[in-house]
Parts: sequence; structure tokens; C-alpha cells
Amino acid sequence: MPKLIPVADEQSKPFWDAANERRLLVHKCTACNTLQFPPQPTCRDCGSAKLEWTQASGRGHILTYFVVHDGRFGRRMADQPYNVAVIALDEDPRVNFYANLPGVPPHQVPVGAAVKVIFEEVEGGQLVPDWQVVR
Amino acid sequence: MTTRETGWRRDRLGLRVWPHRGKVAIVGWGMSPVDRRWDGVSMDKTLGAYGILAIQRCLEDAGVKAEDVDGLLVCPETGAGATGGSSADWGPTRPYFAPPYDSEWGLSRLNAKWLTQNTPGLKNVKYAPEQVPAIGEEMGMAAEAVATGRCKVALLIYGMNNFEGRYRQGGQNEDDHARGDRQWSAPWSTADWLQLSGAVYVQQYCQKYGGTWEELLGPIVVNQHRNGLLKQPSDYEGWGYYAKNGPSGLTYEEYVNARPVIWPSRIWDCDRPCHSVGAFLFTTAERARDMRQKPVYVMNHNEGSARAQRSSQQVLEDAEEGRAWVAKMVYEGSGWRPQDVDIFNPYDGYSMFLPLSLEAFQWHGVKKGEAKDLVKGDISVKGPHPFSSGGGNLGNGRTRTAMYIDSIQQLRGTAGPRQVRVKAETAICAYAPGVAASYICLANSPS
Ligand SMILES: [Zn+2]
Repeated sequence: MPKLIPVADEQSKPFWDAANERRLLVHKCTACNTLQFPPQPTCRDCGSAKLEWTQASGRGHILTYFVVHDGRFGRRMADQPYNVAVIALDEDPRVNFYANLPGVPPHQVPVGAAVKVIFEEVEGGQLVPDWQVVR
Repeated sequence: MTTRETGWRRDRLGLRVWPHRGKVAIVGWGMSPVDRRWDGVSMDKTLGAYGILAIQRCLEDAGVKAEDVDGLLVCPETGAGATGGSSADWGPTRPYFAPPYDSEWGLSRLNAKWLTQNTPGLKNVKYAPEQVPAIGEEMGMAAEAVATGRCKVALLIYGMNNFEGRYRQGGQNEDDHARGDRQWSAPWSTADWLQLSGAVYVQQYCQKYGGTWEELLGPIVVNQHRNGLLKQPSDYEGWGYYAKNGPSGLTYEEYVNARPVIWPSRIWDCDRPCHSVGAFLFTTAERARDMRQKPVYVMNHNEGSARAQRSSQQVLEDAEEGRAWVAKMVYEGSGWRPQDVDIFNPYDGYSMFLPLSLEAFQWHGVKKGEAKDLVKGDISVKGPHPFSSGGGNLGNGRTRTAMYIDSIQQLRGTAGPRQVRVKAETAICAYAPGVAASYICLANSPS
């Protein structure tokens, strides 16, 4: 599926560089020890600016999902309908990620199932995390 | 003045009861016809022409002369451009007409300058801020302007425009790249955060509290359409797209079988973009006493405030918590409790917003997870729980005025076939969902 191509900026560059090494990073607040994603200038829990990148387990569960039948991105029109699942990270379920779950037919998403992170190459060579059901 | 005035906003807990509670009233409303879009040739159907018509109807309703208006609040954002879509490019390239239609102003957009130049008699306007927010906050801004003496008789104008082309396709949504904040969602997802969030939290709602999407939202959407059609001759063309243009009603089966958009949301879960203008007249409670209509008093307004979301996607707990926080502010500022609210017209750009707003405000005692039970019973205007009696945007098209017009009519006792059978002395109505929502509290008595 031709995903939109992420454009890294100063804040996100470490995340996308790590993705190219097949590692999933999240922010960690060193003041209150919670995980944060996507990155923000300050911690959502305690407001501290002491945030650093840390490697996540890459293990999660499917919270729920929706199926894009009539979306708005020109690049994804040909993919429709496609699944978009919300993945809760196992070490902190408040941290979640989007996933297209490659290989899972539209509307056949096993809600609650365990998933693990995989990486998919988009146009230009950048690797982008996605998730795969653990069988 | 080009910076937006924000000191008047009520957007946090602890502000206590609004100091101007009951001292400002809405004394008139007017509405243009509601079309799907402008046809490009009928100069009596431009957004500008509809704005003038809405003003004239509003002043007629109030029994006020245009010369007596000294405040004019016009939201310049009419849905054109800005967030992608062919409109962003189409506007500036089309051929224009003779004045006053020699630019987008008056065709697809409205502002105070264009309306004062082109509305007969509107020549004594002293207060006309350039930066005016969308209708929910605009209501609060108008109420504050009158309350604090910036003006004595304020007209509020809100127009909605709908250009040719698929809604919000094109523009930045044609970009192959995910830039800025979009890098965290666009590679996997789609563009309308509000719609996909609703798809997420309503499914989580069903997983947690039981029932299905269709059982929860089907009766609500059908009720919105039913209420949107309950119009009377004094409602002009009907202040609703469906009342004027059909189709004449929606069945549960039609809802369930409609085409999916962001599944499980269907086309009928989304409001239909339209071309219309609404007008409302605000003045002091003192002046309102001698006017044509029974005054509808403003008891509070609240603007909510965006809060950073917890992670990539807002989930049910975030949605519930944010709405509960907004409801708490609205109740604090009005001095009301849930049992004090008779008419409840929350915002429904998407149907998914409604059950959570209902539960957050605990209207008719409905608590977390209980909206699914209320909608199994009678929520029509004839029943004991006339939920969203105006029919909202789903039942009227995306005018964003239905919640306000219906609330005013219910409190005046002039809603005709839509008049609720239960008490109608207080109303809460809204624009926008979740933590960004703006609410206004209305009552037919100032105390
Ligand atoms: Zn922290």
C-alpha cells in the first residue's frame, strides 16, 4: 500500500532514523518516568521538558479499528477500503499507534489480538512502522 | 483591529457563575434558504444576498430597525478553502462580476464590511471586530459584547458555503508527503480526525457498555432527520436542507444500509455541507423587555479549550473525560444542575458526538454507558425525552444554526410541530464537539 511519506523534522529525526534501523522509539519523561508518543515539547502527565527517546518493546494489542472507504488522501484512494487499527503498546497501553495491518483483509481485524511491530518501506526508501498480528 | 479578542472567553474551571447571567437576551433570529451550493449565476442566491435576507428576517422577527443595530459580528470562515479541497484553489481563479461581487466577499464569504455596505439601513454599526470565531464562540462573543457595553444591539451572522468538488479532497490532501503533525497519523490513516475519532470511541463504547453501533446511532440519526422536517410556515423555507429539498425522512433500514465512509460510520452519520446564512440579534435584558418577542436570556457561555491528546489517537476514556470537563464548566457558569436542563441541542457534525455529549451533561439523568438505553425508548419531540429537538446538522444540513433556532423557538413556545410536550424553560445548545466545543445556556426567565 503506498503510504504517505513522512517528512522528518528536527524533533522527529531520531524516530525516523531509528525506524530505518527497524527500531521503534517513543519519548520517555525522565521526571515522571512515563512513555509519551507522538513526541511533544513537554510531558503530558507532569509538564516536564525532560524527554528522551527510548526503544519500545514493539509489542501491543489491537484496541479497535475503522475501515477507510471514502477518505481524503489522494495517495490512498486506490487502496480503499483499507483497515486502520489502533494499537495499544504493551508496556503502557495509554501509548497508541496507527496500523494498516498488512495482510489482514478489510473488516477482518481481530480486535484484542496481540501484534508486533514490523517496518515497511515507502517511496524514497524510508522505513515506516506498521503492525502484524502474532499468530 | 486584526488580532482576535480573547479576554471574553470562558474556557476554564473556577470562573463561577457568569457575572452577566440573565442580563443579555436573544430577541430575534433569521435564516436564509438552505441550498446545496450556489449555482454560480443567481445573484439573489449568493452568500451575500442570503446574508442580507437573513438579517432582514432577523430584524423583522425582533421588530428592530437596521438603523438601531450598533454591533455586527460576522464569522469570515464559511467553510471555503483552508483545509484542503478544490475550494482552496477555485475561489481566486474564477471570473468576478460587477460590484459588490468583484471578489469572493459576498459570493462565498461574508464580513462586516461587505454587509454594512450592502444591507439597507445598516449604517450605525460602531462595533464590528474583524476576527470573529465560528458560531459557538461567536455566540459567547456577542453576548459579552452586549454585556460589557461594547454595543447595545448586536447582530450575529454565520454563513456556510459549499464549493463544487468532493468535500476536502484536493489541496493539502493531495500531497504525497505527511508533513508536520501529520507525520504521526497520515502514513496509516486519513484526514478527518473528528470522524475517525468518533469511529474509534463509539466502537470502544459498544465494546465496553454493550450494544451495536447501529443500535446506538441509528435511532439518533433517524430522530435528527424526523425533527429536521418538523417545520411550519413561519419557518420561511424551513431552515433546513431536507425540509426544503428532501428526501422526506430517513428510516432505520436506510441508515443501516447506507454506504460506509469511515466504517462503521455511514454517509448519514455525516452532516451535508450546504449554502446558507443565519442571523441572531442580541441586546440587553432591559431593552429586550419592550421588543416584539419574548426574550430568550443568555445564562452562560463556555468556549471549551483544546487540550493535547494523550497519544496518536484519542480513545474512549479521553473523549469521556474531555466532555465531562466541558460539562462541568458549563454547569458551573450557569449555576445549573443536569436536572435543570429542559432542551438539549448538542453539536452533531458527526452523529458519533451525540451519545457522549448526552452522557457528559447527564441530560435527563443519563450517565456513562446509558445513552444506549435512552435511545431504545422514545426520544422524539412528542415523548418524555425530546433529545436534540432541533434535528441538528444531520437533520437540517450543515447550517450550524439549527441548535440555536430550535432552542429559541422552544423557549418562546413557538416551535409548532417541533414544540416539546415537556417543560421548555431552559436550553443548552452547542457548536463543535469534545473539548473544543462552545456551549450557550438559554432561559425564558432571567433568574
Ligand atoms: Zn512527566
